Amino acid sequence: MSLEPSLESAGLDGWIVRLFEVIDEHNLPWLSALSHRCEQEFGDALVDLVPSYTTLLVVFNPLMVSSPQARAMICRILADLEPEDSTHTGEVHKLPTWYDLSVGPELPRVAAQAGMAVSDVIEAHSQQVYRVFALGFAPGFAFMGLTDPRLECARLDTPRRLVPPGSVAMAGRQTAAYPTATPGGWNLLGRTSARLFDRNREGFSLLRVGDQVRFVPVSRNEFEREGGNTTPMEPLA
Amino acid sequence: MRQPVSSQPCIKVLRAGPLALLQDSGRFGVRHLGVTQGGPADLYSWAWANHLTANPWGSANLEITFGGLQLIARRDLQIAITGADLGATVDQKPVPLWQRVSWKEGETLAFSAPVNGLRAYLAVCGGFVAEPVLGSVAAVTREELGGFCGKGAKLATGDQLSVYSNDQQGREGLKQAPREAIPDFSQPAVLDLLPGAQIAYFTGRSLFDAFNSWWQVDDRADRMGVRLTGPRLSCKISTLVSEGINLGGVQVPPDGQPIVLLNDRQTIGGYPRLGSLSPLSAARLAQCLPREQIRLVAKGSEAALTEYRSFRAFFKKA
Repeated sequence: MSLEPSLESAGLDGWIVRLFEVIDEHNLPWLSALSHRCEQEFGDALVDLVPSYTTLLVVFNPLMVSSPQARAMICRILADLEPEDSTHTGEVHKLPTWYDLSVGPELPRVAAQAGMAVSDVIEAHSQQVYRVFALGFAPGFAFMGLTDPRLECARLDTPRRLVPPGSVAMAGRQTAAYPTATPGGWNLLGRTSARLFDRNREGFSLLRVGDQVRFVPVSRNEFEREGGNTTPMEPLA
Repeated sequence: MRQPVSSQPCIKVLRAGPLALLQDSGRFGVRHLGVTQGGPADLYSWAWANHLTANPWGSANLEITFGGLQLIARRDLQIAITGADLGATVDQKPVPLWQRVSWKEGETLAFSAPVNGLRAYLAVCGGFVAEPVLGSVAAVTREELGGFCGKGAKLATGDQLSVYSNDQQGREGLKQAPREAIPDFSQPAVLDLLPGAQIAYFTGRSLFDAFNSWWQVDDRADRMGVRLTGPRLSCKISTLVSEGINLGGVQVPPDGQPIVLLNDRQTIGGYPRLGSLSPLSAARLAQCLPREQIRLVAKGSEAALTEYRSFRAFFKKA
């Protein structure tokens, strides 16, 4: 794979480094390598790195580095960038998930769209190992993919006002679990008992870009034993 | 390590008003976790409030939006109020802004409503006491992070606020801002936009319109972003794969009406952008009320950097 990166200004303290055009899990080892090199090269002048799908936003301290200097540093890194070994990058997380109509009311919708039985949707969703492409929308919210193409589904026409924490959801060919209660327009399939956003954890968020994730089906009993919240979803108006 | 003045809180909130938030310079090094930056929407006025109270850069002070806040002092304090004129009074007497003033035990400090600008900053000599969350006390309500309680809450009636003892005597700066340093929020804002991002994909007509039209600040304006209404801008690409977005980014959704992204924006987004406002222009926009008219002007990043560095150098000296 060869890179044709481009740099776009993101203000006086940032550059967007565009490495790819399309979403692909093979982008991750490159984005991860670029992040690590930026940490080394910018050192104290680095403020933030925001990796996402195809790009890396590099935010630096403009009192220490000017925008042209930062550009030159990034170009030097890109000149000899090598992807990281993808088999060794990213933690593997198993998220115990209770797939059930009461907490995953869109299971029938996704099944109908795919022309599959609900049990097959659950199997297809839980068999795959997903990669985290980006965090955003809310703290610790990880966009993962890609799902089985048969499960591809549009967002809800009207987002829910409140999606409970732990909700496992899909939209397009991506999947996610809601770390906190937020509004949301994704299709709900079930709920995980994993603590995705925990104030007692370093960095709070369980998941990071590049991590690998599997949703592991569990029974209602196991879900409850792990502290899962079984309160059913209200039907959509 | 600075110590609180005493275990007794120094300020009590008599009436919370619509929105008062504790803000330090913001939360950094955490955007890869999906956590936003927070911090003062008007960095310029916030920095002056700290300066006038001899608090170092980064100290937390209160960002008061719209007014309506009433506080009572439990001991004698030195304060400075900068930013918007929200009709502040101490025991019904108008408080001079942009300078250090005394606020004595038992007196009530009240903010009424916007006279000029939208957000005032109240700093106390010594600085407010709060426990950092992910490295910052900046209150972000949507994320439930920071503030006095750690959970991002805005001030509530009955809250008691503690203040660090004032041991900053050695670093006294100005106690009154010179007239030329005080922004006039009654004048229409002219905002510097650093072209970048996807600007090449906007039509020529749209680029002409962007920089040669009056834009109106919409009602849909908060600490996440400010929507502008005016001529419809069209871009040859309607959405992007979501990518990191920086402070001041000017994104244009398919309806052609730009949104300027401020401190509490989401960390990634998928609309094409014209570029970014300079940090000081983003700060100026944060003082605009709905229906105010603004202009956008293109500025080179070198000039914007020079301006920003001299702004920061001033506050470093003191």
